[in-house]
Parts: sequence; C-alpha cells; structure tokens
Amino acid sequence: MGILQPGDQLPTAREVVAKLAINPNTVLKAYRDLEREGLVAARPGQGTFVSHGLDSPDPATFARFAAQLSRWMSAAQAAGLGPEDIEAIYRTAVRDRFAEGVA
Amino acid sequence: MNPDRDVTPTIETFGLGRRYGRRWALRDCTLTLPQGHVIGLVGPNGAGKTTLLHIVAGLLEPTTGDVRVLGASARDLRTLSRIGFVAQDKPLYPRFTVEDMLRMGGWLNPGWDRASALERLAGLDIPLEQRCGSLSGGQRAQVALAIALGKRPDLLLLDEPVANLDPLARRQFMQVLLEHVAATGMTVVLSSHLLADLERVWDYLVLMSASRIQLSAPTDELLHEHRVLTGPPSKVGAIAAAHAVVQSSMADRQATLLIRAGGPVHDPDWSARPASLEEIVLAYMRTPLAGAGPVLSLVGSPLRGSR
Repeated sequence: MGILQPGDQLPTAREVVAKLAINPNTVLKAYRDLEREGLVAARPGQGTFVSHGLDSPDPATFARFAAQLSRWMSAAQAAGLGPEDIEAIYRTAVRDRFAEGVA
Repeated sequence: MNPDRDVTPTIETFGLGRRYGRRWALRDCTLTLPQGHVIGLVGPNGAGKTTLLHIVAGLLEPTTGDVRVLGASARDLRTLSRIGFVAQDKPLYPRFTVEDMLRMGGWLNPGWDRASALERLAGLDIPLEQRCGSLSGGQRAQVALAIALGKRPDLLLLDEPVANLDPLARRQFMQVLLEHVAATGMTVVLSSHLLADLERVWDYLVLMSASRIQLSAPTDELLHEHRVLTGPPSKVGAIAAAHAVVQSSMADRQATLLIRAGGPVHDPDWSARPASLEEIVLAYMRTPLAGAGPVLSLVGSPLRGSR
C-alpha cells in the first residue's frame, strides 16, 4: 500500500479491502496488532496514525551504507561476477552473521 | 466487525438432510456459523454445497432436520428479506436492460438501495441501457451482485460466484463484495472450488465432501493447528500417537505428514512448517472422515487419517 512515516494516517480498513480484495477482518486484525506493538495509535473519530517508526537507523545512515554496497557491487561486477554470484555472496554473508537459533 | 455485534448465529442447522430419490445430496449436517465473517463453503462438485445453500436461502425444503437463519426460520418472509442469494448461473433476464433489472429489484425488495447500486455499476462502467444478454460474464456477475447488495442483506449467499470469470473480473468482483462487507459488517457465505484465489477472502471455512460437513472452523485456527512434517518413516507411529494425522505420504527414506498438532513437535528428526489453507483443505478432501458424524468444530476427538 505504500510507505508511511510517523504522523501519517493509515488508510481505512475499507480502503485497504477495496484495493487488495482481502478479508476485512484480516485488515482489522493487522491494525490491532500494530496498535498493540505501539507502532500506530487510533484517534477516535479521525483514524489510525503512525506513532513511531521501526527501530531503524536514520535515512542518512541508510544512504551511506547503500552507497558503500553499490561501490562494492561495481567492483564485483568488474571482477566478472554476475547477479546470481553477488546475491549468493550477500545471502551467505547475512546468514553467517545473523544465523542464531536456526538449525 | 464490531465488538458488540449480534452474537446470534448467522446459520444454525440441526441434523439437516436432503434426499433426491434414493440419493442423499446432504446428510447429518449440524453446523453453527457466526455472524460477521466471510465464510468459505468448499468441496468437490456434488459435495452438497448448492443443496445446503438452497435450503438456507429458503428455496428448498429439507428432508430431515431443521435450519435457523439469523435466529429465525429460513422460510419466514421477514428472514428472507434479510438474505441475499446469487445462484451459480447468475440468472438475469437476457432481454431486460440493466436498468430494468434494477427497477425490478426495487419493486421486489422493500429496503432497496437504488443509489448505491447505481454508484457501484457506474464505478464499473456498466451501461444501464445495455441488455443483460449482451453483457460479458464479469459484467453479468457484477449486475447480479449489485442487485443482491441493493437489497442490503444481513446475510449474502453466493454459489460459485467467480467460477467462470477471468482473473481480473474475479478480483473486481471480490473488491466490490469485500468493500461492502467492510462498510456494513454483512455476513457472506461463498461457495467455491477455487482455493488459491479465495484464501485471502475467507476467514471461516466449512469443508464438505460426500454430502457431509468434514470441517468447520475459523481459518486462523486451522492455520494455527495444522503443520506439515517431514521425517523418518520409522517414527510415524510416535507422531500419530500424539497428533491427529490428517494425511500421510511415504517414500523410502522420508514420510510427509499433514497433522493437526496436539502440541509442539519436539523430536529433532522431524522438520515442521506451517500448512497453507489449500494444503489443509486438499488433505481433508482426500481423506473424508467417513462415518465421523456431525462435526461441530475442530475441537473434539482426534481425527485419524488413513495411511
């Protein structure tokens, strides 16, 4: 449905249903889950609003690492690696770093 | 849709059955369905879905048992005014224009909402002066739906509404239907044999096969309780002792089971993953619980599948 920032209003359940053709109870349940996790808050008579974002770094940090990755990819491409090779390296690296509790 | 909504069951049946000559089209059907859901009625052709819908709509007299719809008799005129029904072939008079059909809807239904029916059809670019006989399949389905919704029913019964529609028309049909559900909280019972398409639409499932109800439960409960396990064939017995095995398939070195879990599976020899709604439905369809009798809900004695 799109990207929302803190303070933005969520579409109404009816709008989500009309667009995605999914069960309205599913949408309401998702909204309740978001509310329970404190990510959104319902204001009576107005709608549901984003209270704060996920615990993610600020956009500038994001951009810095995206630029570094892009440079690394250029180098990998220059060394003759294709998209599958690059993806395999990336996935393995992510798995090695974050693989805890996975059998 | 709203926490203090009416808790009267939308449909209650007690030992419902219908016989045609010597053949039972429906038997031992005891069922309680809540309001405020989009209820999927699934099963192979000839399972009894249409018979059940026709009895609930007051179009067919049961041979045995009883049915209550929205807390009253299904043949009570006041009940009928609260039920919408769209038959499988979406019957419209081919020589009538769309406008004629809407006018007829207005004459036949006391609480007729012409404005919203017009708005709905305008949103889909369906011209009112066109004869129903020359509409496309998708347009015909939309006109039938607009008339059914124009009645502002509390319960809408749809018999295979999207079976003959292309994917785009199917999606448009569901968008219009579900938006109305979101706005009004109307209960829908929708029969279909198209599982993948409707997985996101249903939040309650009634599975029929061989003229009987095999399963009736909220979909999130079904998804929560069922798992697909793969592991060593030698350990199938231990799993079957602790869980209800709905379906199993064996290869030399590996067994694949679909279980209704009686608790977590601890044995590391088994790998488990969630089962999709389609897998659950197909498993129960392939393994009819012959002689299981009336099934009120999933909660009850463990169900044993055949090997």
